[in-house]
Formats: sequence, C-alpha cells, structure tokens
Amino acid sequence: MRSSILQTATRYLLPILLLFSIFLLLRGHYYPGGGFVGGLVASIAFVLHSFANGTDATMKLLRKKPLSLIPVGLGVATLSVLVPVLVGLPPMTGLWLEGDFPIVGSIGTALFFDLGVYLVVIGVVLTILFTISLTDD
Amino acid sequence: MSDNLILAPVFIHLFIAIFQLIAWRKTVTQRILSVGGALVALISAAMLFTHVYVHGTITLNASNWKAPFSIVFVADLLGATMVVLTSIAGFAVSIFSATGLSRQRMLYGYFPIFHFLLMGLNGAFLTGDIFNLYVWFEVIIIASFVLMTLGGRRNQLEGALKYMSMNILASMFFLTGIGILYGMTGSLNMADLSIKMHDVQNRSLVGITSVFFILGFGIKSAVFPLYFWLPSSYHTPPSAVAATFGGLLTKVGIYAILRVNSLIFIPDDFTKKLLMVMAVLTILTGAFGSLNKMNIRRLFSYLIVCHIGFMVGGIAIFTKLALMGTVFYLIHDIMVKTNMFLISGVIMQLRGVITMEKLGGLYKEYPKISLLIAIVLLSLVGIPPLSGFWPKVYLFREAFTGQHYFFVAALILGSLVTLYVIAKMWAEVFWKDIPADVTVDNKFEPLPFLRKLLLLIPIGILAIASVYIGLNAEAIVQIVDRIAEELIDTSSYINAVFKK
Repeated sequence: MRSSILQTATRYLLPILLLFSIFLLLRGHYYPGGGFVGGLVASIAFVLHSFANGTDATMKLLRKKPLSLIPVGLGVATLSVLVPVLVGLPPMTGLWLEGDFPIVGSIGTALFFDLGVYLVVIGVVLTILFTISLTDD
Repeated sequence: MSDNLILAPVFIHLFIAIFQLIAWRKTVTQRILSVGGALVALISAAMLFTHVYVHGTITLNASNWKAPFSIVFVADLLGATMVVLTSIAGFAVSIFSATGLSRQRMLYGYFPIFHFLLMGLNGAFLTGDIFNLYVWFEVIIIASFVLMTLGGRRNQLEGALKYMSMNILASMFFLTGIGILYGMTGSLNMADLSIKMHDVQNRSLVGITSVFFILGFGIKSAVFPLYFWLPSSYHTPPSAVAATFGGLLTKVGIYAILRVNSLIFIPDDFTKKLLMVMAVLTILTGAFGSLNKMNIRRLFSYLIVCHIGFMVGGIAIFTKLALMGTVFYLIHDIMVKTNMFLISGVIMQLRGVITMEKLGGLYKEYPKISLLIAIVLLSLVGIPPLSGFWPKVYLFREAFTGQHYFFVAALILGSLVTLYVIAKMWAEVFWKDIPADVTVDNKFEPLPFLRKLLLLIPIGILAIASVYIGLNAEAIVQIVDRIAEELIDTSSYINAVFKK
C-alpha cells in the first residue's frame, strides 16, 4: 500500500530529520542530545522512508548493509577511548583541540565517541527493523 | 603507563570482535582472528598477572578523574587470577569452536559474540565500581543470550527462555541492591563503599541489602533454591558454548559474592548462616540431581550446581583457610568444568549421541583419547595429587574446626556422589561394549588429522593446566594464600584505589 501523501512528505522529512539528528549529535556534550538520541532520530528518518517507499527502496538508498555501520561505529568509539593512552593519560580522558570551530563548536575525543555511538545505533536499529520487515514479505 | 595494562584483556577482545564484525560471513578470517586474538589476550593476561603478583594491586582511573568519582579499574590478585583463568579457558574454547562448530553458527556471528562475552567477563573481574560491575554483567548476559539461542532449535529456545527470565530477575535484585547502597552512602566505588559502610547507622537495612546481593549473585551462580534454570538450559547449546557457560559464567557469580562480601559487607552471623544453609542444600540437590541423569551434559550441569555449593560453603565459613579453599576450588573448577563440556563435545563427534545408554566401547577404540579424558575426570573427582583434592583439604579442615558438621557431611556426600557418577559414566561410556542395536554416527573418524588434533588440543591444554594445578599445588597455595589475605584485610585494595 503506497500513500502519495506519505511519500511526498518523506521526501522533505528525510533530509530534515537527518539534519536534526546531526544537530542532536553535536550539541550532545553539554546539552540534552548526543550520539544515542541522534542515532535514533537518524534511523527513524530511514524507517519513515521504508514505510513510504518499501524496504527495498531504502536498502538501495543506503547502498551498504546497515550491519556494516556497527563495526565502523564501534571502531571509532574504541579508538577515541584509546587516543589519550598515546599521550600517557588513562583511557577515556577527554582531550580537546584548542579554539572554536564553526558549526561543531569544539572538537575532542568525546565527540568521536558520540559519533561512534551514533553509527552503532543507526546500524543496530536498521538491522533489526530490516530483518523483521524482510522476513514478513 | 603500566596501569594501562589493566584494560588490555578487555580491549583486545573488543578489537577482535570489531574486526570479526568487519569480516562478517568470512568464517576463515574470523577463526584465525579468534584463535590468534585469544592467544594475545592470554599473553596480556599473563603479563597483568605477573605485574600484579610482583608489584601488588594496580588501579586505573578511567577518564583521569580521581577516585571515588571516576570509574576505577582495579587489578588485585583475585581479579588478575580470574582474568588469567578466563583467558586460558577462552583460548581453549576458541580453538575448539574454530574446529568443532558448524559453519552455519559462524555465519550468524558466533565468534564476535563469543569475544564480547569474554570482554564482559574480563571487565567484570577488573572493575572496582559496583555499578560498572552491573554493566559488565549485562554485557555478559546479553552476549550469552545470543550464544544460547544461536541456531534456534526448539529446545534451545526453551532453555534460553528459562535462562533469560532467571537472569533478568537476578539483575533486578542486583540493581535494587545497588540503588539502596547508593541511597545509604552516596557512592558506587567499592573501595569507597567499604569505608562508608562502617558509618551507616541503619544496620538492618545493610543486612537486607546484602541479602539482595546474595539473591542476585546466587541466581547467577546457581545456588539452591535458585539453580533450576541451569540444568534445564546448559545442555541445549553446542558444547563449545556450554563449555564457556559451565566453566565461567556461574563462577562470575561466585567471584561477585566473594568481592561484595569481603569489601562492602562483612558477613555477619545471619549472612553466614544463610550462605551455609544455601551451600549445604546446593551440594545435596546438585548431587542427588546428578544421580539418575543419563545425558552426559545434564549430568555435568548438576555437578556444576553441586560444586558451586563447595565454594559458597567456604565463603560462609569466612576464615582465611576457608577462603583459600574457595579460591583454590574456583581455580580448579574453571579449568575442569570447561574441559568437561569440551569432552562432551568430543564424545558427540565420536558417537553422535551423548546419552549413556547409546554409548560404549570408547576405551577399546580410542585408548589415547580415553586416557586424556580420564585425567580430567580424576581431577574432577579429586584423586590426590590432582587438582580437585587440595582445595577440599582446606574446606574439610575449616568445616571441622568451625564445627560446621552439616557442611562436612555435605562435602563428603557431594564428593562421594561425584565419584560415583563419574565412575558410572566411565563404565558406561568407555568400558561397556557398545550396545548392539546402536548404529554409530562417527563424525570424528573421517576428519583430516590436523582437525582431529585441533579438537583434542584444547582438552589437552586444560588437562595440562589441571595437572599443573594439582602437582604444583605449592605455587597455587602461595597465590591463594595472598588472595585470601587480601580478601580478609581489604586495606591494600582500598589504599591502591585511593593511591595512598
């Protein structure tokens, strides 16, 4: 069952939701938000797309299997945890670059940890949902 | 810098799992990564252990916050010993699963989950923060749910359902206990809690909280009357999985009881009595349960329950020698129980079944393998000088001098029943001629020589470890002596955490 209202709305909502998810990801360090919520919002964008256009169309849009996001995200998060070890500090110590950056604010290991969480959440949620919806067909 | 060594066993397994996820569906790469990685983890665990043994407890404040505000990782001798044992068992199981497991299971991600499980175990042994311990427990049980249900056969799902519901219940007790602790003291750091618990006025609330912890960990380590999920779920997954579960998962519960009851709560008379009653009944029910089991893996499951009672009894007596007995038994038990389930896997390969009625004649056909297995069985029974004997000496002695006669009786009965069922199993599986009406489905014989060898090497490694523990008991006693010392006088742990 395809609804053209939903399809049209999704065309606009998908980029907005993705932008919003990145906004949530970036403001997460000091304000409510962060990788987990951001990841959920981003996966909702794709779920909406799959409701409107079918799971196959979303798979085509993503090009790669969402499963492959999980190791990438885990790797980014783990490396961000281990970076402080290289300068002789305990793991997970927050290291920040000097100065402000446009849009992002400040760049530090915590941001990359959140980015890793963001990717893992998208990967896990989409893998679960796609597996369920594909076996239904 | 050497403090960062603490987290090496955790991170190595995390990296193995990540790389295996990248190599999704490439089973050969995954197998190589698993065995190689487990070896690296074993080496790092050994380095950690020698460092702790020589230089004493080391700690690591994650995120560089000072204790008690940071999550502290502490490698004291008990934690480091457990990590070494986990790594040895993990290495053996990893070799065994690389050769013995069906390709289907590997395709669905057996190896990454297995390494997440080992990561969780190492984390649980090394954390110095009670809430962090809870988180590691969650990592362990989530990974173990997946391992248990992988394959999705009917009886597997049935076993997993019991396993899951009981473990979630246990986690809730544990979490409730942590909540009350935090409400009383405002701290989650175990060393900090150890200091602050003395000042808590409401002693009855302290007692109730300790019961919450005992309940939570009791379910996880399968003590009476909370053990029934174990025998009804451990025989369902494949042997490699059952070996990890039987060897390591219940022992995390014992480790946690030891840790919490030495650092946070000092067992009072009520707790000791409670633990003692649980221990005696656990031994008895486990022993009686094992008597009529014909399925080998079910039999081993009941023996796990029975022997958990030995360790809980040692904690209940809570003298230095009794704790030495408990920790020594823990060391022996992890090696032997892991091996028992691996052996059941080899028997499964040799004969296609693991019920005793349909087995027989193994000694005649495979005398060398049978002798290897005999060593393990004798260690389990505790024939001197093998590893099961020494810890029992301590437990018997302390039970006698402390006048815990019920425990003495239970110990004797538990040991005798173990001897009886193992002797019965030996007669049924190895000595008896194979029943005439049984057609043998031997998957082992057609295998190439290297794969046969790889199936037996893990059993050999663990058997050598058992024999080493038995013959070199003096060295083990030295380690165990220091562990018991540290458990009774926790000041070295606390000082290490606060870097005094």
